[in-house]
Amino acid sequence: MNTDASPSRRGGFWARLVALTRKEFRQLLRDRSNLAIGIALPALLILLFGYGISMDVNNAKVAVVMEDASPTAVDVLSGLQLSPYFTQRKVYSMRDAERMMDAHEVDAILRVPGDFTSRLAAGQGRLQLIVHGADAATARVIQAYVGGALAQWSLRTADRQARRDAASVGAPFGSVVVEARMWFNAANTSTWYLVPGLIVLIMTITGAFLTSLVVAREWERGTLEALFVTPVRPTEILLAKMIPLFVVGMIGFAMCLAAARFLFDVPFMGSLWLLSLSSVLYMFVALGVGLLISSATKNQFIASQMALLTSFLPALMLSGFLFDLNNVPAVVRFVGQALPATHFLDLIKTLMLAGNVWPIVFKDCAILVAYALVLLTAARLVTRKRIV
Amino acid sequence: MVDFVFRLLALVRKELLSVLKDPSSRVILFLPVLLQSLLFGYVATYDLSNVPYAVLDFSRSPTSAALLAHLDGTGFFRRVATLQAASEIAPVIDMQQALMVVQIGPRFEPQLLAGETASIQLILDARNSTTANSAAAYIGSVIDAFNAEQMQQRGGAAPALALQTRAWFNPNLETRWNFMPALIATLSMLQTLLLTALSVAREREQGTFDQLLVTPLSPTEIMIGKAIAPMLIGLVQSTLVLLVTRFWFHIPMAGSAFTLYAGLAAFIIAGVGIGLSISALAATMQQAMFYTFVLLMPMMLLSGLTTPVATMPRVLQIATLVNPVRFGIDLVRRVYLEGVGLATVLPDIVPLLLIAAVTLPTAAWLFRHRLV
Repeated sequence: MNTDASPSRRGGFWARLVALTRKEFRQLLRDRSNLAIGIALPALLILLFGYGISMDVNNAKVAVVMEDASPTAVDVLSGLQLSPYFTQRKVYSMRDAERMMDAHEVDAILRVPGDFTSRLAAGQGRLQLIVHGADAATARVIQAYVGGALAQWSLRTADRQARRDAASVGAPFGSVVVEARMWFNAANTSTWYLVPGLIVLIMTITGAFLTSLVVAREWERGTLEALFVTPVRPTEILLAKMIPLFVVGMIGFAMCLAAARFLFDVPFMGSLWLLSLSSVLYMFVALGVGLLISSATKNQFIASQMALLTSFLPALMLSGFLFDLNNVPAVVRFVGQALPATHFLDLIKTLMLAGNVWPIVFKDCAILVAYALVLLTAARLVTRKRIV
Repeated sequence: MVDFVFRLLALVRKELLSVLKDPSSRVILFLPVLLQSLLFGYVATYDLSNVPYAVLDFSRSPTSAALLAHLDGTGFFRRVATLQAASEIAPVIDMQQALMVVQIGPRFEPQLLAGETASIQLILDARNSTTANSAAAYIGSVIDAFNAEQMQQRGGAAPALALQTRAWFNPNLETRWNFMPALIATLSMLQTLLLTALSVAREREQGTFDQLLVTPLSPTEIMIGKAIAPMLIGLVQSTLVLLVTRFWFHIPMAGSAFTLYAGLAAFIIAGVGIGLSISALAATMQQAMFYTFVLLMPMMLLSGLTTPVATMPRVLQIATLVNPVRFGIDLVRRVYLEGVGLATVLPDIVPLLLIAAVTLPTAAWLFRHRLV
């Protein structure tokens, strides 16, 4: 009898796991709202991020008020016309321009005062730029761009002047120009860095949000208690819960990769295997968070809020996805660095855009493994076959 | 009429109790809003600071030293390494030790002295292209200033042309000034929507909704009662964010509190209407939550919170016209930063009320006609 027990228990593990997993798959597929979160939302997000959301400033509208329309003034402003990012709108009075600004029809006003040419001749030329502060990022770009164009004009004029004076004064002094090279983002588009962030977001939604809700619901409704009276062990229950959600998360990942490759032409500089491996690791982390939250709260509403607050919103806001962590105060950067999502994002961004930078790969993978181990162990510890 | 008010008050009291009686849900409704507004207020910035950079100076001349002194003097850039060879560039950038490398060629000074144009190379890590572009633009303006100064020092005329910039409503052009007012609307929306969506679904799941339906309360009254409680919670949450914005981040409020709250009320009614409709449609709490979430994500992304609506493609700009968050954010920003009156924000308030006028009756109708 005893000799039989051990192998049958081993065989029992697989039999129970397969049966439980099958049940979980059915349960997941039965409710269409699960698929809405697991599959439809990722697809929607891919399209929104790929086509809708852009951090690049374009189409900024500038009202140009030419109170002085002399050839010199026109020449000064000619440098502004080349940019594809701006649309100029000629306006004839400052009052009209201010009205357009108030109505948010333009983002800035560039004013050439009536005495511009005469004051310029006296070395006192002044142009006035008024930017709308309701969108600081656009305002800064406009400011930098207009400033740059005017500086170029000044240099050009000074060079001409210097060449004319060269004979009398001596050698002219040249000017410095900047040649910028953008590494890792040849297209210079924000889509390339938003797409890796999207992978993080989608896997967080499936792993943490969907999981915490699905499992918390069973706790709340007491259907887990029904499982407790069967011979299954907590580890088996957790594994069976994880497997279908893991599959859903990886489908989301695959959708993102396909979209990145075929819709948005994001390059894959690093190895696809490493990319997949790191995603598997992060999926375990996210599942760990989801299971831990649901087992700890056992309440759908609180679990959903916890999942939103501890995983989803931080992944959106604090991971360096939308906002570069270089620019934030040290305390906030520290909070960001403590999140697994930050390291996963760093890793896949590097793998997709820069290549296999081994030190980064090792460091971030190690951090993800550590998080996964800690979180999954914690989830196992709080999941007991006991009714409190 | 008195009866009506009493019944309604009783229902509102019950709704508030069912949310607030649990200590953990009390905490979860108010503490995170505070923490988020603080954290996000600090993190939400596209403004450069503290950019790590490395230098590869082949020129080693007084002029190149002067140029680098200009860069270091801005306070925006922090020199983390001085490289010796071109082969060191890639590792520094790859490892993210520096966001950019400034490379100055050996003929930098001779070229300048000969009156030629000398170029410096800027190699940027564009894994985040927004940061890279801002850094490049900023370096550009530093170089412009450097050129002008050099020209002047060598006997040239002072630049005859100057640009005076003034920024309306946000004098230092801080992203935080745009972001925090938007959060006053957004953060409360997140939870009121979820709360309303769950309110009916929870009663359905627990079977208490049928009991509510057989009371003397009409579906409209149920709807109103269920709408008032989350509205109150939403307004309290907005107030918390408002206080953080005003007194922690010291962002001056230009508009009147009355206009702001009138707008916020319209905004929250629209949100509650959507939440209740979801709630009436969903069979279980889980469905209610998932549908809410599927709706929330696009609503946040297409709201102008992180990227302006004007930069979106035309089709999506049209889609934003049914998005209450878009109007809510625009409204709060305008009232808070620009100090406009109620009349100016009518184009924001009217769509919000329209959304409420469609969704609330729909929800009331669905209460009766969808008995699962």
